[in-house]
Amino acid sequence: MNNQRREMVDGASAIARGALDAGCNYFAGYPITPASGILSHMLRELPKVGGIGFQGEDEISSLGHCIGAAMAGATVFTATSGPGLSLYSENLGLAIMMEVPIVIAISQRLGPSTGAATASAQGDIQFMRWGTTGGYPMIVLSPTNISESYHLTKRAFKLAKRFRTPVFLASDKDTVMTTESVPVDDMKHAPDWPEIPNGVIKKPLDPYRVDGPIHHYTGSSHNDDGHITKDPDIIATLNERLRMKIESNLDELSLVKSDLEAGADTLMVSYGVSARSMDAAVNKIRNAGNKVSSMTIYSLWPIPEKTIQDCLKGIKRVIVPEMNHGQYLREIERLVNRDIELIGVNRVDTILITPEEIIGAYHGR
Amino acid sequence: MADKILDTFIAEENLPYAFCPGCSHGKILEALSDSLKQQGLDPSEVVIVTDIGCVGLSDKYFVTHAFHGLHGRAITYASGIKMQNPDLKVIVLIGDGGCGIGGHHLLNAARLNTDINVLVFNNFNFGMTGGQHSVTTPLDSITATTTLGSTDAPMDIAGTAQVNGGGFIARATAFDKDLPELIQKAMNHDGFSLIDTWELCTAYFVPRNDFGRKEMMEYMDSMQMASGVLQETDRPSFQTSYKNIQKQASEQSPMSGLVLDTKFSSNLEKPIRIILAGAAGQKVVSAGNLLASAATLSGLWTSRRADFPITIQTGFSVAEIVISPEPVDYSGIVKPDIVVIIAQEGKAKISRLTNAMESTGTIYHSEDLGDIDSEANIIPLVFPYEGKRDMKKNISAFTVAFLTKELNIFPFEALKEATRQIQKPKIAEINMGVFAYFE
Repeated sequence: MNNQRREMVDGASAIARGALDAGCNYFAGYPITPASGILSHMLRELPKVGGIGFQGEDEISSLGHCIGAAMAGATVFTATSGPGLSLYSENLGLAIMMEVPIVIAISQRLGPSTGAATASAQGDIQFMRWGTTGGYPMIVLSPTNISESYHLTKRAFKLAKRFRTPVFLASDKDTVMTTESVPVDDMKHAPDWPEIPNGVIKKPLDPYRVDGPIHHYTGSSHNDDGHITKDPDIIATLNERLRMKIESNLDELSLVKSDLEAGADTLMVSYGVSARSMDAAVNKIRNAGNKVSSMTIYSLWPIPEKTIQDCLKGIKRVIVPEMNHGQYLREIERLVNRDIELIGVNRVDTILITPEEIIGAYHGR
Repeated sequence: MADKILDTFIAEENLPYAFCPGCSHGKILEALSDSLKQQGLDPSEVVIVTDIGCVGLSDKYFVTHAFHGLHGRAITYASGIKMQNPDLKVIVLIGDGGCGIGGHHLLNAARLNTDINVLVFNNFNFGMTGGQHSVTTPLDSITATTTLGSTDAPMDIAGTAQVNGGGFIARATAFDKDLPELIQKAMNHDGFSLIDTWELCTAYFVPRNDFGRKEMMEYMDSMQMASGVLQETDRPSFQTSYKNIQKQASEQSPMSGLVLDTKFSSNLEKPIRIILAGAAGQKVVSAGNLLASAATLSGLWTSRRADFPITIQTGFSVAEIVISPEPVDYSGIVKPDIVVIIAQEGKAKISRLTNAMESTGTIYHSEDLGDIDSEANIIPLVFPYEGKRDMKKNISAFTVAFLTKELNIFPFEALKEATRQIQKPKIAEINMGVFAYFE
């Protein structure tokens, strides 16, 4: 029994509160289950604090409005699900090229159209990474529960500003639409995560303003004045800089929870709602007297390669539970030696992976 | 207003224009520059948002702020800029191609009466990509993609903006001497403005269709598409309306969590997974909230998921509640400990789960639901006889009261406290009336 003060919160509220506390003053989005809760909260809350909450005529318009507002100085946020992400795709590339800070909450579900589409899944892990033309690196954070949803949303705003790029908050139907009893302290204080340094890589975004310096911003390949160029040297430098501003800062971006047990030769790696099933499985395995290590990945992209490799010492087997056909497993595969056995525990039927399935995989069943 | 009025808003160091010989684009840009000059604006007060196509090359010729984004989406960026900073004058330069692919944004910006200024460069085909047909290509015209003549009815861009409520709508040509004054009028209008400016694509449309200035004017006549101001309304702009929303909203309190302090205790030793399955309108989700809140008030940890069809007041309604002495990690339910079924719709929806239950589980059900195929213990719900009259209307309240007594996970007082804390006074009063039958 406990006497902690707790509150009843669902993921959508936690994400909205995180955005508001991060200073968000502009939101544009389009209704889609299971992300609509975030839309409703933002449209209701932002005008209360002098901000703007806008429902676009579609997802293309919504992200377009966010990009415009950001260039005029707003701290912007949007939320959608997989089908909406499809429509965000082209503007996502524009935001990367223009170096626009935007936080995009993706509440994952299963596939196109309706029906099973509004049920649980983690189907957009690779889609978020490769979701636009050009192959630029993405920053993707993924919470496993409600208080993390709040804190990672705030963190996403810091990263978007510092790196001047879109940042995804990748949750799922279950995290966004489930209400839980959450300690008030857990909502107030972030877990023991490394602080993100202040300051902006390269230079801060200088918005359009009356009496401000004149700015030409473009989504085309451009020179330092913001004018379109086809000069191969300028284009190469621009593209390399966009890549390296993220890839040369992997240490700063890596965020994981490692739970390593001495002598364990099995490592479990998971993220989002599936990491909770993994945690339950790990507890049961240990209670039964067996050894196992685990890692929860919060920073899905860029992949925390070094941290994962550090956790692979002495490991003979890696088990990756995820609600897709193995989208993150293929990334782990790149990082491990060939003699390490890789096992995916996968479900794509809208039902959460059970701890028993993971335990079954551990025992080779 | 500018401290010093510029002679031109054209960035002369970037001239000459990259447009084809005879193209009208430069004429419209000069008219815009003249208009900005006449208005005495400072370059920092103006943002020119260009769409894609030949017109998209225009941003570099202006000394103002500029934004160049995606094809068809210029109106969305312009609208975002204006919403965030209403002090800026935001002008969209877009072609007939952009009005086609971005037609949705065009008509919605007109509907919202967003205070942006759209200047359409309408030359009846796609110039940049080789003269394909666009939404405004006249009937029977030859283009790269209508080699035997276009069979499509042309879109009336100005008319579209007009019928969708745009504040200031005009039609003009690149050859109009008073285009700068028309642009000024449009920019001074508080609300959406659009000028559908007809012009010539000398690279493709003119030679393929023998369509010069004279033919364009004849076409305008034949289509009965008059030039000049077509619509001027005093409907408030989005910016004005939203300020009013902000003012009203500022009086409301911000969102906050529902804090439930631990006031009761529980002897629960391991997690219990409960499913309430009923029909829409039976307040099943609300019952799930009550159970989860009462458990939380008793120091337990809870997670509560709801499942219902996208339509309301029809079909099933299911609440899944996990109650645990420890924080809930895995919140799914594949094998419930307790199921309560109060309607056929709910019974059908969760049959997969009731089938999976073993003899350790219990299913409570209301009368007349037929056989339930399960290994679990199947027990009819029995409610106090005195409450019979209220039962049908408040079956969820009866159900949570019954479960609270039957399972004894937390005290009955916790259920009453939860009702007082989370439910609207009117509903709480009704529920308290139901609970009284159980005491």
